[in-house]
Amino acid sequence: MASLRSFLRSGKTFVILFVVTSCASVFQVNVRDALNQAMDEELERDERVFLLGEEVAQYDGAYKVSRGLWKKYGDKRIIDTPITEMGFAGIAVGAAFAGLRPICEFMTWNFSMQAIDQVINSAAKTYYMSAGFQTVPIVFRGPNGSSAGVAAQHSQCFAAWYGHCPGLKVVSPWNSEDARGLLKAAIRDDNPVVFLENEMMYGVPFELSEEMMHKDFVIPIGKAKVERQGTHITLVSHSRCVGFCLDAAAVLAKEGVECEVVNLRTIRPLDVDTIEASVMKTGNLVTVEGGWPQYGVGAEICARIMEGPAFNYLDAPAVRVTGVDIPMPYAKILEDHSVPQIKDIIFSVKKVLNM
Amino acid sequence: MPYLNISHFWGVVVSSRSYADFTPEKVDLHRLEEGPPLTSTLTREDGLKYYRTMQTIRRMELKADQLYKQKIIRGFCHLYDGQEACAVGIEGGITLSDHLITAYRAHGYTLTRGGTVREIMAELTGRREGIAKGKGGSMHMYTKNFYGGNGIVGAQVPLGAGVALACKYLGTDQLCVSLYGDGAANQGQIFETYNMASLWKLPIIFICENNQYGMGTSVERASASTEYYKRGDFIPGLRVDGMDVLCVREATKFAADHCRSGKGPILMELQTYRYHGHSMSDPGVSYRTREEIQEVRSKSDPISMLKDRMLSNNMASVEELKEIDIEVRKEIEDAAQFATTDPEPPLDDLCSHIYANEKSFEVRGATPWTKLTSHS
Repeated sequence: MASLRSFLRSGKTFVILFVVTSCASVFQVNVRDALNQAMDEELERDERVFLLGEEVAQYDGAYKVSRGLWKKYGDKRIIDTPITEMGFAGIAVGAAFAGLRPICEFMTWNFSMQAIDQVINSAAKTYYMSAGFQTVPIVFRGPNGSSAGVAAQHSQCFAAWYGHCPGLKVVSPWNSEDARGLLKAAIRDDNPVVFLENEMMYGVPFELSEEMMHKDFVIPIGKAKVERQGTHITLVSHSRCVGFCLDAAAVLAKEGVECEVVNLRTIRPLDVDTIEASVMKTGNLVTVEGGWPQYGVGAEICARIMEGPAFNYLDAPAVRVTGVDIPMPYAKILEDHSVPQIKDIIFSVKKVLNM
Repeated sequence: MPYLNISHFWGVVVSSRSYADFTPEKVDLHRLEEGPPLTSTLTREDGLKYYRTMQTIRRMELKADQLYKQKIIRGFCHLYDGQEACAVGIEGGITLSDHLITAYRAHGYTLTRGGTVREIMAELTGRREGIAKGKGGSMHMYTKNFYGGNGIVGAQVPLGAGVALACKYLGTDQLCVSLYGDGAANQGQIFETYNMASLWKLPIIFICENNQYGMGTSVERASASTEYYKRGDFIPGLRVDGMDVLCVREATKFAADHCRSGKGPILMELQTYRYHGHSMSDPGVSYRTREEIQEVRSKSDPISMLKDRMLSNNMASVEELKEIDIEVRKEIEDAAQFATTDPEPPLDDLCSHIYANEKSFEVRGATPWTKLTSHS
């Protein structure tokens, strides 16, 4: 600094070229904030969008996902409901019938079972039953699947339940990019969207590019993403398990096994093309999910692979890594053994590859 | 003369079993200082309109009965004959820019809300010109500001409150009428809706069409309290004779004023009766007597009641009303003819209308080789 000052005082004119390396701006954003910002921007963009659910307003959201929104938008657009899921889900669907664009939050997807009739019979089926007369532009969102220590009634994964039903779109983001882009897409979609978040991902930070921070950044619903290229085996997953797959892939890479990791992003409509293309490249498939095995997401993927062109490229049967087929226990040691772990993924890959 | 002041009688059914007569008594009120006016002005024009519409509903439902027995209509068919004064009277108290939602006994409402007999009947017979292109059937008919036609008992009530929320949110002075029966009145989600509608002062008129039976279960066997107009607790309520189109109209106007003045929800109970069983698969006589049905028909039929009033007050002639009957009969015959000859929906339509505003996509058929296409 001192030398610069003396240099300038000396009166010598000099053109100093400042070469600024413009590093592309990246933003550290955790999943919670990505969801929050997405909702904020969509509330600002379209006056018909509003949020209702338990504790979404004055409490800032049970998991703080809607923090600050009530202060900014007020009672009309951020509505605290009583603890009456069936009632407020029905109210949300009715508001969508009449031209608003509600975001209906379930504090967790476990509570949606109280309201599931409104999601399926009132929301999902109406466009079809009315032969295209009545649209239902609604988003149902909230945390899904296992959390930590919340036991059996608060830990169920509903991807397979809702993914079963035509008329719904079902989305399951993994990281902040997914959360942001898919929630914006869901809110802008004219159809009922089930948006399955994950409580354990809320606090996890990810890098978002400037492009991703743009107000109109949306990720198309129904398109999977290849998170990691590989040649030996395809790992297909959604939500938090995508991260486990990437961790497992890093460990396996040291042993010379290159895993291709596919992040489903959307459960329905399922992007079979991306999965098939990957399996046709690698010849092996392991699906990974947090939900129970019977009649689950992995079961559907395996059935589709069997029925399609990729079957002929399989070198071994496709297998599933899933949550253990039990209600979720409480004690930590039991809970840890109820969910798929990285070692389970590695073990399965080696089994499939006959290593 | 163009109009006549007539005082009408508020009827109260004393018990669910004895339809002996409709003794004039005042309307029953709950948490209301005063109710709708006890006199009503019926214009000749309105009288003829109500007569025609009720007769149209009556004839349409009876024709549906016929077609069902001929197996041209299939599945569920819940007929509305006997209850015409409710649908027609309610519409007389609101406008088409207001909103309405009901359950599965919906053919009458589809008509009063703007549907035509042709498209309703063609929907019942599952044809391509049906009001839902044959995709919905009896229980899933929609038109502007009419949200069905809903098959799940009670689900329509919170939906109606959502529509009312939208009315308030968008700053219109429209309201939503949300109907349910005596059977549905015990549904938990209805009480959840009472609570939120009250908290948020939603412009909703809850209407319980009490036709004395939830399927085969009479009201006193289903409900600890059969005073459905009081079941909203903190919500003001009124109970009126649902067989008298003018009672229904005045009550609805009163309720609509209540909503539009920002006072929040209000609850109406209409005491009415269905001549048919619960649906076409229910003869309707195992849980009630033929005598009871006959008694209501002879003493309280809504169309006869209006007809007698108009005739005895010289508002119309016998010939004039007969003329309307003939016109209505013809309209129904033509519609039935259309509904039986219109072709069924094209198979191309099978997978359409899954998603709105979406480009076409493939839908799995019954086998992995059957690839079908969905259009928006």
